[in-house]
Amino acid sequence: MNHADQLIALDPAYKSMVRLQMSIVAVALLVAATIAEVAISGWTGAVWIPALLVIAYALIRVPLRRYNARGYSLEQERLRVVRGVIFRADTVVPFGRVQHIDVGQGPLERAYGLATLTVHTAGTHNASVSLPGLRHEEATAMRERIRAAIRRDTR
Amino acid sequence: MSETLDTAPRRTDPRTFVVRAMSLLSQLVFPILLGGFAILDEGDFDDVVTYFVPLVLAVVGANILFAYLRWRRLTYTVGEADIRVESGVLSRSARSVPYERIQDVSLEQKPIPRLFGLVEVKFETGAGGGDDIALTYLPASEGERLRELVRSLREEGAVAQVGGDNLAPAEQAQVLFAMSPKRVVTFGLFEFSLAIVAVLGGLAQQFDVLLPFEIWDWRAWREQLAGPGQWLAGLGSLAQAIGIMVAFGSLLLVGVATGVTRTALREWGFRLERSDKGLRRRRGLLTRTDLVMPVHRVQALRIGTGLVRRLFGWHSLKLVSLASDSGSANHEAVPFAQMEEIAPVVAETGFTLPGDGIEWHRAMPAYRIDGFLLGLAAMSAIAIGAALLGRADLALLLPLLGGLWFGTHEYLRWRWDLHAIGPSQLYVRHGWFAPSLAIAAREKLQSVEIVRNPLARLRGYADVHFGLAGGRLRMRGVALADAWRIREAVLESMAEQDFSDVIESRAVRD
Repeated sequence: MNHADQLIALDPAYKSMVRLQMSIVAVALLVAATIAEVAISGWTGAVWIPALLVIAYALIRVPLRRYNARGYSLEQERLRVVRGVIFRADTVVPFGRVQHIDVGQGPLERAYGLATLTVHTAGTHNASVSLPGLRHEEATAMRERIRAAIRRDTR
Repeated sequence: MSETLDTAPRRTDPRTFVVRAMSLLSQLVFPILLGGFAILDEGDFDDVVTYFVPLVLAVVGANILFAYLRWRRLTYTVGEADIRVESGVLSRSARSVPYERIQDVSLEQKPIPRLFGLVEVKFETGAGGGDDIALTYLPASEGERLRELVRSLREEGAVAQVGGDNLAPAEQAQVLFAMSPKRVVTFGLFEFSLAIVAVLGGLAQQFDVLLPFEIWDWRAWREQLAGPGQWLAGLGSLAQAIGIMVAFGSLLLVGVATGVTRTALREWGFRLERSDKGLRRRRGLLTRTDLVMPVHRVQALRIGTGLVRRLFGWHSLKLVSLASDSGSANHEAVPFAQMEEIAPVVAETGFTLPGDGIEWHRAMPAYRIDGFLLGLAAMSAIAIGAALLGRADLALLLPLLGGLWFGTHEYLRWRWDLHAIGPSQLYVRHGWFAPSLAIAAREKLQSVEIVRNPLARLRGYADVHFGLAGGRLRMRGVALADAWRIREAVLESMAEQDFSDVIESRAVRD
């Protein structure tokens, strides 16, 4: 019953964007590690080397794992969003339950031409699902598709 | 029959201002008395007259003036498509709520407004936070009229169809559930709360200056007892036992009395009626509330009970709707009743109680075992810490007690936490201490999510979270294949109805 093969992958630029996000964190980490290294007398590398390993992992593996963990599908008038590397979540929202739809772009996303699609349902618990890493045109096209599916003739 | 809507801005009842001033004064009495005592303590009566009295008059006057201005500046307009409220003395604000978004209209009567026949009218929209419109205060008849108006405007979708005389509350109401004074008191006995005892203890400590003796001073107590209680002291350990019993007895009495009083204040004259508008609930001794819960808006039901009351078969019934999200009103349809009394109310909401044909499922044993092992691991980690600190006794005791607790807990949860999927409804039973049963309509759910943590992926189970407008609903530790199956089934039912119909639950075009 697992429909993993039907999922659509995100835009590959998402990997680069996550890598850029990670490198911002990495710079901060590197600065902190350097300060710690200077504070410890002698150039031991006791802080530097672990910090570099973490940074290497964050830059090489994390974007790939995140990218691979995410996926979506729009089959059968339903939006399905799969996410999470460690905690896996697989959410399905039928188009008919969508209250409103956001397409958002942060500064980094704009640089890569990406967008985040957020779908809201009624209620407050667990009531919004967001899907980052879509091409902007793709996100707006999805928004139109979902919007068209919501029946207009009901009040 | 039809009379055009009067769309002129209106003010709330002028007596509002009197009520405001009165409640304001009652709020001021305490500080004034305290201040008065503080000054009188100084002993100089002249000071009181020269400083204190003018000060009090100035404060009271300013407050009354402000209350008057607030009343002058607040207007509401019953428009063609919405209700608008404009308010504010210095900074003005205007809020508009379309009729279509109003979920419930509730009327509330607090003691002072009740003397004047005034009500507070609240329009619940289901928006998060306290963003609902409330009009304080209107004459009771005007509140009733607004409620009827909103309802008919919503339902007909046409303006100017609402006349003044066809709004007479002449509809025959069928009483679904009512509580006699005896029932209210019984309910109160079960509402015994230890919290109030703690509060009283705290107060006693705060205000011990007012008491003739030191409440926490054991020796002083002994001296107090020494006079008339001399013979008691002579009885030795028996006397102490009696003393302890008396102490606990009085605490128990205070707890019971508070529970009964609080419950009586809230639930007195409880009536749940079936009217053509929905379920209408009226209750309260001093503060009367009058709430109409439209049946077609009910998304799910929750039947709860308590540790002790379960033994006597007492249950409560709550309606879950979008309006419950705002938290402004409690949607308890039946607070305290036997299941036989709840069943007709459930039937009235269009839901059905789980019958014999329902196939209940438990969480996977692996999920419960993992829960037990995780708890034990946490306890063991603390125990290792204790052992390192040289507390061997704790290091032994903690894992033992923890293991016992987590073992019992997980076993009972395995035994009592059940879920089932019926042809049109979902049932989730949760908890062994104070078990509750949630009944949700499959077609009224908003979304379905399957969540798996690393352990769950390793062991092949999953949590299923359902999006429910106005509440949360989840099944935990479901076998993965079952989780997929349940999701597929629920999604099938959901596809049959659009959101608008879910909230309104009625085909608009027919």
